[in-house]
Amino acid sequence: METKNKKIVIALIITSILIAVIPLFALKGAAFGGSDDAGSVMVEKIHGEYTPWFAPVLETMLDGELPGEVESLIFCIQTGIGTGILAFCLGRMYERKKLSKEEEAL
Amino acid sequence: MTRKQKKLIAAISVFSVFFGIYPAANAMHIMEGYLPVSYCIAWGVLCLPFLVTGFMKIRRTLNENRRAITLLAMSGAFIFVISSLKIPSVTGSCSHMTGTGFGAILFGPCSVSILGVIVLVFQAILLAHGGLTTLGANTFSMAIAGPFVTYGIYRLCQKCRVNHMVSVFLGAALGDLFTYCVTSVQLSLAYPSEAGGITASTVKFLSVFAPTQIPLAVVEGLLTTAIVICLESFAKSELNLIGYKKEA
Repeated sequence: METKNKKIVIALIITSILIAVIPLFALKGAAFGGSDDAGSVMVEKIHGEYTPWFAPVLETMLDGELPGEVESLIFCIQTGIGTGILAFCLGRMYERKKLSKEEEAL
Repeated sequence: MTRKQKKLIAAISVFSVFFGIYPAANAMHIMEGYLPVSYCIAWGVLCLPFLVTGFMKIRRTLNENRRAITLLAMSGAFIFVISSLKIPSVTGSCSHMTGTGFGAILFGPCSVSILGVIVLVFQAILLAHGGLTTLGANTFSMAIAGPFVTYGIYRLCQKCRVNHMVSVFLGAALGDLFTYCVTSVQLSLAYPSEAGGITASTVKFLSVFAPTQIPLAVVEGLLTTAIVICLESFAKSELNLIGYKKEA
């Protein structure tokens, strides 16, 4: 990768991290609940009381909500699968480019 | 696309438009059970033509070129990663990004819809995030409307000779934001407020989603740009194979 591009990528990633982390410090004590939940609160505000007519399949099977720790586990698995594939492919491409350069040099 | 496929898509489109209009006569991820049945079905059916087109497009791309599968897998993986990251935002609540912009830029909006559905099903079944009944509505907002905007803006920027990185950024960020606008509209169609009807309701839902989503849309734009730069450095041959071109 060209040095210029490398710098851009690093800058982009750092900026993303900053955007994500700054609110955490700027708004101390905020709940940081999901905005999906905020959506359902809004439904109740507009519509009056609302009972969802269909419970998530997993919650029906478990007779209750998925425990928070397990939920984070499944989210991690999702991230893990994605990162794994991305890293594997990028690594292969990186190595391939390096090898082809070496071959040219020989 | 063969003639038979075209006919099939046309038939499905007519079918879906018919069904899509019918419930309207009486009336980010949307939570399970939060949309009335008729809306769930209508949005689901509306997604069908896009999904079928997407499936055929993906199959054709892969038939022409087995090697494109690497990039396809990467676009899917990107959606997996990005949509699993819940990020705190300035409004004091968390939301997550869609990640569909990247695939839309590489493969076009229809192909991405298939990848998006896979992620949505995963989250709906295992995480109770989104839902099976609202799958249609969520698919429409995250895997169809968003990518189409991304693709449109990206193409427009390319035409206007905007810097390539800037157009990737704009496309991904605005596509992400648009996803949540569509979600707001979907919710307000189902729950028009008593005073002001659908419009007032849309504004209310937007006020919940939009401020949270704006910083995240920027993050999505930045990350998409980053991965596009990486691919351009390492995967030139694959990018050329799928017809992705750098600005002239």
